[in-house]
Amino acid sequence: MNKIPSALQLGIRRGGLEIRQFARQRESVVFTLLFPVILLAIFGSVFKDTIAPGVTFSQYFVAGMIASGLVNTGFQALAITIPMERDFGALKRLRGTPMPASSYFIGKAILIFASMVIQILLLLGFGVAFFGLNMPTDSTKWLTFAWLVLLGSACSTALGIAFSIVPKSGRGASAVVSPIVIILQFFSGVFFVFTQLPTWMQQVAAIFPLKWLTQGMRSVFLPESFASQEVAKSWELQTTFIVLVVWLIIGVFFSVRKFKWDRD
Amino acid sequence: MSLIEVKGLTKSYGDVHAVRGVDLSIEKGEIFSILGPNGAGKTTTVEILEGFRSRDSGSVSVLGFDPNTRGHQSREWRNRIGIVLQSSSDAGDLTVVETIKHFSGYYSNPRDVEEVIHSVGLKEKENALIRNLSGGQRRRLDVALGIIGNPELIFLDEPTTGFDPEARRAFWSLIKQLRSDGATILLTTHYLDEAEALADRVAVINKGLIVEISTPAELGGRATSQATVQWRDGDRIKSEKSDNPTALVASLASSFNGEVPELIVSRPSLEDIYLEMIGGVDE
Repeated sequence: MNKIPSALQLGIRRGGLEIRQFARQRESVVFTLLFPVILLAIFGSVFKDTIAPGVTFSQYFVAGMIASGLVNTGFQALAITIPMERDFGALKRLRGTPMPASSYFIGKAILIFASMVIQILLLLGFGVAFFGLNMPTDSTKWLTFAWLVLLGSACSTALGIAFSIVPKSGRGASAVVSPIVIILQFFSGVFFVFTQLPTWMQQVAAIFPLKWLTQGMRSVFLPESFASQEVAKSWELQTTFIVLVVWLIIGVFFSVRKFKWDRD
Repeated sequence: MSLIEVKGLTKSYGDVHAVRGVDLSIEKGEIFSILGPNGAGKTTTVEILEGFRSRDSGSVSVLGFDPNTRGHQSREWRNRIGIVLQSSSDAGDLTVVETIKHFSGYYSNPRDVEEVIHSVGLKEKENALIRNLSGGQRRRLDVALGIIGNPELIFLDEPTTGFDPEARRAFWSLIKQLRSDGATILLTTHYLDEAEALADRVAVINKGLIVEISTPAELGGRATSQATVQWRDGDRIKSEKSDNPTALVASLASSFNGEVPELIVSRPSLEDIYLEMIGGVDE
């Protein structure tokens, strides 16, 4: 008798399968991966001025686009597609096999991380080529960038899976999830300079991960001098780390405890 | 110890008593069919056995495990069972062979992928995307995914809905093959001819209770019930119910002096018996 494959082994296999499935849905591939690039093209063309000496709006906006890309690609996509998978009966079928829930979650995390990497490469390449984006030269900044992407996509995946229990059906999911994400983007300083937002908006945004991800990404893409223009006069990377970890734990907790495999 | 042992099973949804005390015992190697109208508690019972639903009371043992068990034991248990659900309609961006191969990776001792594809008759469709399969082909894929793990126990829920007659016959011989390979099969179906063709024993469930458990031939006293003898007499069709149909046919044969025109001897069909049973349970 052979042993049942481990949860991690199956999770990695599921990740491969998820990526293959995703790659075959051309519309969503184009939308997911190119949408940030299109937004950058629009905003970069409209706002040509600088927001601080040597800081173009495009430079500021790229930081926000990467951060909100993490939310769109993870949280939003999962909170919409998982209820659809549930409606199709695909989740119930998986439930009937020896594949554990954790493998399913790991598969999703791999999918989200992979599409984030591609999305970021496209966005940065496009920004450098057409909008004079300056890439960080300092290795500590790249290190910050790496943990932000890694922790950010893990957090976004976990919260997306957790939130998938909220929409009652796949059809209604988009209507529940999309407004939350769009409002969060406005509040978190993705489309506008955060410090120019009303204080109450800033305070609401500070509860959620997107504001912190955006601020963290600014620490990577904006000059060190810009830190003094942040709300706290610093990048607050430690606080960012703590906020993301707390939300990750909340996401994992609800995913593990409350995940729904079946419609009723 | 039976393969499946259920005692005093109950389950309510609010005020609705879906299952009101079901006892079942299913032996290794048999094809056991559960019949019952919609809302009779059939699906609830089966889903409790499959570990999809919790129960209110009663004891349930499937392959020696309580289906409510969670964690690693539950994986070991699921490794030994196969479930073919009523319907699933994935987005279908994978091919048949990719899907079956992937599912085979969930189990410790899966069957050979090619062999399974062949046995469900999807050989010529193995590289087709699932989205491009017909309803019947999708159903056969569902079955393939249910048996890929080489299960000891297979749950089949309405497996041949949407099949053409030829595909149904092919499917029936597949099920019989699985049984002779040593699997035990729990079949729920709306088609009484299917239960009759496949099942060693059937249980009729109605309003949350088992009405009777018997072989298809003996259900509801079918084997010993009166037979109907029908023949043509001149330009009229005549029929007569009889406890001794052989004697009646013999006397007809002598009065017709040989061949009895358009002779039919029949007993109530499983469907007749079944309909009588589910109509006859009081509120």
